[in-house]
Amino acid sequence: MSGVRGPGGLPEQSRGARGVRGARGAGLALHDVTVRHHGPYGPVTAVDGVSLEIARGRTVGLVGESGSGKSTLARAIVGLDRPCAGRIAIDGREYPVRRAADRRRWGRRVQLVFQDPDTALDPRMTVRQSLAEAAGAFARLDRRAREQRVGELLELVGLDAGCAGRLPGQLSGGQRQRVAVARALAVDPAVLVADEVTSALDVSVRAALLGMLRELQRRMGFAMLFISHDLAAVRQVSDAVAVMYLGRIVETASNEALPGGARHPYTRTLLSAVPSLHTGRRPGGEALPLSGEAPDPASPPAGCRFHPRCPVGPSRRPGREVCAVQDPWDETARVACHFPYPAGDGPEHA
Amino acid sequence: MGVTALAMLASLAVLAVVGPVLWGPAADRPDPSAVLQGPTGGHPLGTDHLGRDLLARLLASTWSSLLPAVTATLLGAAAGVTLGALTAVVGGRTRRLLGAFINLLLAFPALLVAMFFAVLFGAGARGAVFALAVACAPGFARLTQTLAAGVAGTDFMAAARVLGLRRHRLLRRHVLPHVAEPLLLNTTVAVGSALVALSGLSFLGLGAQPPSYDWGLLLSQGLDRVYTEPLPAVAPGIAIVYAGVAFQLLGEVLAKAATRQHPPARQTGEPAASPAPTGRRPAGADLLLEVADLRVALPAGDRTIRPVRGVSLALRRGEMVGLVGESGSGKSLTALALADLLPDGARATWSAHRFLGADVGSLTRRERHRQLATGMAMIFQNPASAFNPALRIETQLTEAVRAHHGIPREQAVEQARVQLQRVALPGERRLLRSRPFQLSGGQRQRVAIAAASMMRPDLVIADEPTTALDVTVQRQIMDLLRRVRRDDATAILFISHDIALVADACDRVLVMYGGTIVESLPARALADGARHPYTRMLVASVRGLTADRESSPPGLGGAPPDPGGTAPGCPFLDRCPQRLDRCAAEIPVLSALDPHHEVACWRPLPPTASSGRPETEECDT
Ligand code: SF4
Ligand code: SF4
Repeated sequence: MSGVRGPGGLPEQSRGARGVRGARGAGLALHDVTVRHHGPYGPVTAVDGVSLEIARGRTVGLVGESGSGKSTLARAIVGLDRPCAGRIAIDGREYPVRRAADRRRWGRRVQLVFQDPDTALDPRMTVRQSLAEAAGAFARLDRRAREQRVGELLELVGLDAGCAGRLPGQLSGGQRQRVAVARALAVDPAVLVADEVTSALDVSVRAALLGMLRELQRRMGFAMLFISHDLAAVRQVSDAVAVMYLGRIVETASNEALPGGARHPYTRTLLSAVPSLHTGRRPGGEALPLSGEAPDPASPPAGCRFHPRCPVGPSRRPGREVCAVQDPWDETARVACHFPYPAGDGPEHA
Repeated sequence: MGVTALAMLASLAVLAVVGPVLWGPAADRPDPSAVLQGPTGGHPLGTDHLGRDLLARLLASTWSSLLPAVTATLLGAAAGVTLGALTAVVGGRTRRLLGAFINLLLAFPALLVAMFFAVLFGAGARGAVFALAVACAPGFARLTQTLAAGVAGTDFMAAARVLGLRRHRLLRRHVLPHVAEPLLLNTTVAVGSALVALSGLSFLGLGAQPPSYDWGLLLSQGLDRVYTEPLPAVAPGIAIVYAGVAFQLLGEVLAKAATRQHPPARQTGEPAASPAPTGRRPAGADLLLEVADLRVALPAGDRTIRPVRGVSLALRRGEMVGLVGESGSGKSLTALALADLLPDGARATWSAHRFLGADVGSLTRRERHRQLATGMAMIFQNPASAFNPALRIETQLTEAVRAHHGIPREQAVEQARVQLQRVALPGERRLLRSRPFQLSGGQRQRVAIAAASMMRPDLVIADEPTTALDVTVQRQIMDLLRRVRRDDATAILFISHDIALVADACDRVLVMYGGTIVESLPARALADGARHPYTRMLVASVRGLTADRESSPPGLGGAPPDPGGTAPGCPFLDRCPQRLDRCAAEIPVLSALDPHHEVACWRPLPPTASSGRPETEECDT
């Protein structure tokens, strides 16, 4: 299977070039996943009918603003939040809903790396204890085997064996994040969810961590969902990019197609907001200012959810009233918009 | 304090053990010939109505006074902790029920509960202990509940749950170790209160019953004749207070010790003198802020670190200057030092520091305070921390102008409304009445900017104002800052780790590394013209959106310099591909390459463009 539903733009050869482990259909598959929270004023649909497939050995980047539901989706995939509808399957096997023992075993297939390395590790446990706990979570290991596994894991993430005895407080942010990655990979999961793993890190360590994640993926063959608001980082590790807005995926595109090939106005807005060193030359094309605040997910706007803020929507372009009435979103479309930009980089809207 | 607490506790412990043995017989020996005597040589505290020696009774009852207090606290703690910990383990509905139950118990004053149950259990020492245990349990339950909930919400607990660890292991390995410490402290302090409460019960006749006795009973008996003989009442009172204070002190000592658990730090001597870069900037008349050789020293554990090591900078009116650096480079402390907001214990020194034309060193405290209040405003990364969560936006916005400019309320509110309009926040009226937590992060940051511009300051220091925000909101905030600067000719010192953002927004960029400014250059020269190896590395790490995925940016080996280190050379030495022998021996000083470009490096890179920006640009289309 290709990285994302709707294979357009993913060249065959690049798929073959990477060592993909496992059979067809292996990896993560989300179908129509919906997650609701109890908000102060009634239920809030944080994730609304998200479908996504990530094959083993592939990475899909998920971008979106805070409140778009990307972290909720991550928590649902690893079983910390329970979806109220839809299916989540890994390697063809579905997420067990009821029994606690099954839910525990789910952790063997999918693991999560958190945003903030300062809080992701128990501050009172040494690196060795944390890693040993993870390694022993699903396998009975004696003392020797555990010690050996801890050594392997540290080597895997490029850390010195001397780090094993340290407490998280004695490591740098980048080192802590490496330990967190090692802990997640200790169970050899089929799917790794990385939630904003680089946003708390300095630029000089960021690149190294991204490089390491890609190298580990190549070696271990897990499918990865890479969640970030940093589009540059997403582009650096992902095979395909999915853009989320108010609980829904509004566009999916192959990495190669971006940034010029972005078709949804929201994607364009995101891209154009990325600051560039070369003043005045924004790689995402013309500057598209976003007006207004992100709407409350508890009561999303009617029609296209983006229409109150859309730079080419009904409030700016007469004749596009349909946007405010009719929802352009549907399960199978790659772009949820009535008036998408053309697939090439033609400035139809200008 | 530790010694005092220990000495007091030790004296109590000794008394408790030896008291009954040494003075027990004397305390129970009635002497009909000496009833109700005042203090005499034979009876320093006098005697009671049966002629028993009061001092002996006081000393002998140490054990019988302390033991019930400790027992009651331990019983209460056990019950409360169990109840509180239960809330972390059970499912949602049961948890809410338990929480409501704890709330209900907490609604009654503890002493009232204790009295009620003391009556219920029947007067007597045992009844009083149980009553007190019941009374202090809800407090423990609430504390445990709160602490456990704090741990349960952390990422590492989530990670442990994803790993499929079982409940009892979660509780044992991750929850209990984190809550044990505060609980222990609380227990110690609670013993003190229990002692006082127990004495109170005895005093009311609900505790120890004659012929057994404790301090509270002695106090109540002494009180009957307090107007004729104060000492028999005062002495037990002192004993109660003494023991109470001893336990309180122990609690505080433990709490102090708990917060002092730093990772072991290396001991370093005082820094060797390094050549101070001299302020070579042209002294223009329009200089708003000028600081030379700013240094900040900060105690950390048992050593002193020096995160800022000789920063010199100057800002003109209406100029927007970026200060870029990674965490630990000293950029935020530089800003805090300029605003007199350094944390406790930190010390700033400088060779020159002028703000608004005045020498900062020669100002009185009040003058400086006023100068900062009217001339400078700060915007922080987390706007929530800059607001008082309890006050309405209106109050927070108008407070300063009313205090410093003496503007009447209505006028100040009007001004606030105009400022809010300017930051493009609609519905100012409603907004003014809301409280900070009712706003989104982006809104709060805009209100912070509005608040900062209320005073029309000459300088705004913005410390990572957009780091916590989404890119699209970041864009709006940056536009806003630019507008403030244009409209009011406000100078802005913009601090960020994001070099692309800084290059986009500022006129001039200062790059910080290891507590020093390593390069100062015009923002437009950043992309191609950086000469310091570190700046080049930063520039290269900006991937841009068009970067090729297969080419990794050059990472940096090694670690940033230790802020406590005293090595004499270049701070970038360990990670520099360019280094010379000289770099290890001598710190490079900031020197001008051309009038607008300064670099602190013994071997600056050649000014060619290509090597500094590999593959960041290959414009699509
Ligand atoms: S459907 Fe209309 S409002 Fe929605 S994104 Fe497309 S153009 Fe904008
Ligand atoms: S002074 Fe030497 S070590 Fe420091 S940056 Fe320049 S070349 Fe590198």
